[in-house]
Amino acid sequence: MLLDIKDLEVYYGNIRALAGISFQVDEGEIVTLIGANGAGKSTTLRTISGLIPARSGSVTFQGKNLLACPPHEIVDMGVAHVPEGRGIFGNLTVLENLRLATYSVKDREEIRRRFKRVFGLFPRLEERKGQLGATLSGGEQQMLAVARALMTGGKLMLLDEPSMGLSPILVREIFRTIQEINQTGTTILLVEQNARMALRVANRAYVLETGRITLSGKPEEMAKNPEVQKAYLGG
Amino acid sequence: MPQPVTTLVQQTLNALQVGSVYALIALGYTMVYGILTMINFAHGDIFMVSTYLGFFAAAWLLGLALNMPPLVIFLSTLLFAMVGTATLAVIIERVAYKPLRQAPRLSAVITALGVGIFLENFTLAVIGPEPRTIPPLFPLVNLNLSGVFVSTIQIVIIGVSVIVMIILDTIVRRTMTGMAMRAISFDKTIVPLMGVPVDRIISATFALGSAIAAVGGILYGMAYQLDPYMGIRIGWWAFISAVVGGIGNIRGAFVGGFILGFVEIFTPVFLPSSTYRDFVAFSLLLLLLVFRPTGILGRPIVQKV
Repeated sequence: MLLDIKDLEVYYGNIRALAGISFQVDEGEIVTLIGANGAGKSTTLRTISGLIPARSGSVTFQGKNLLACPPHEIVDMGVAHVPEGRGIFGNLTVLENLRLATYSVKDREEIRRRFKRVFGLFPRLEERKGQLGATLSGGEQQMLAVARALMTGGKLMLLDEPSMGLSPILVREIFRTIQEINQTGTTILLVEQNARMALRVANRAYVLETGRITLSGKPEEMAKNPEVQKAYLGG
Repeated sequence: MPQPVTTLVQQTLNALQVGSVYALIALGYTMVYGILTMINFAHGDIFMVSTYLGFFAAAWLLGLALNMPPLVIFLSTLLFAMVGTATLAVIIERVAYKPLRQAPRLSAVITALGVGIFLENFTLAVIGPEPRTIPPLFPLVNLNLSGVFVSTIQIVIIGVSVIVMIILDTIVRRTMTGMAMRAISFDKTIVPLMGVPVDRIISATFALGSAIAAVGGILYGMAYQLDPYMGIRIGWWAFISAVVGGIGNIRGAFVGGFILGFVEIFTPVFLPSSTYRDFVAFSLLLLLLVFRPTGILGRPIVQKV
């Protein structure tokens, strides 16, 4: 088991965002958490990355407790996080955005390998490597956000709403890339409001509702579940 | 050269001398603001402490009477003051500002004012109020270039400042730390996800900004007198320089520093007395805040949703 989350409880002040959720991600999987706005999807990812503290429960990655680690160490341990809204540094060039993600990598040869892999997946970014992040289109920014996460060299990639704000064609393209990244050995935990796309690519799925996991199982079965259809797949 | 021309050249040179010191200090304000959106009002007093560190280092080195070459003494003094001041600033950040990182920004600003008052009075209590001068670290020569007087100190001040600014610009543009600083100034919530230890970058920013202020401190202390309250006026002028240039913008701090140098030197040329200089400087600040609040090189901050 790569990632094991047990009874995780997170509060914002007095407001409970996660009411003790438990789930696992195995090596090589694509696992998706689907749910409505405010269900706690982003909170789950942000807690795994150490950006927000947990009140109780545990987050174990490769046998190590992540709740005790600062976020930059969690990245070094192999958890890459593509944040909601992409979080591109608009004042840095595409190349600098990617380079910054290798902050703790000292081996120049390794950095070169990662650049090669990323530019192989996203030739568009190589074409635009001298451009400032702010000048990229939404789709290109999403590619850059995923590419940047790959540059950290993570084994597990947390993806927060990669489809947000993109046209249907770009959404399909980004999901294809996600599958490609998964096939080259990166495990993926995907959070999505676009449940249809998420269920299509995932190996396993969880439904999150107001801070609780209410359903879990195979995506094909879940897609047939009338309640899921009604709530997340538009009937 | 005809008289008005020599006067103009002479005054321009003086303005560049004063302006480079303002520019060096303004960098510290602008860098800290860039990453923490906080005005470190203790920065002028940190500059003051650096001049005293330089004073003691220079006096000690000259007192050893080892006949060291002037360049060695100058560079050792500079290095000692830079390291000492950087250490002080990093400690101040850890002790006084870091615990307030989640607090409203006003709390940190008030704390910074408090730290400044502490530094002034600590210096006053330990070293005393009498003005001092850093002993001459290299031969003082006044060159007469067809009516324009240039002193060796002037050349060193302007030369060293330009070098420091080029080095800093290179650090910010080319190194990983500089890249991380720029990223933090854009969106600091995302930076940890790149594997960057944000606290270490913040410390580095304080260290770098204060080391540069120490360079300004040594250069200033060779030409003018030191006293425990010197950091107040100079600090304000450097702060105005940073705002005029566009706070958060490093090149803007250079530009703003030189503009304030010209304000200082040319005020008595156009107004009856040099005592009007603060009036002119603060008027400039007010006008700018009304008509171009982002400063000369600053860009408006787009509030992200």
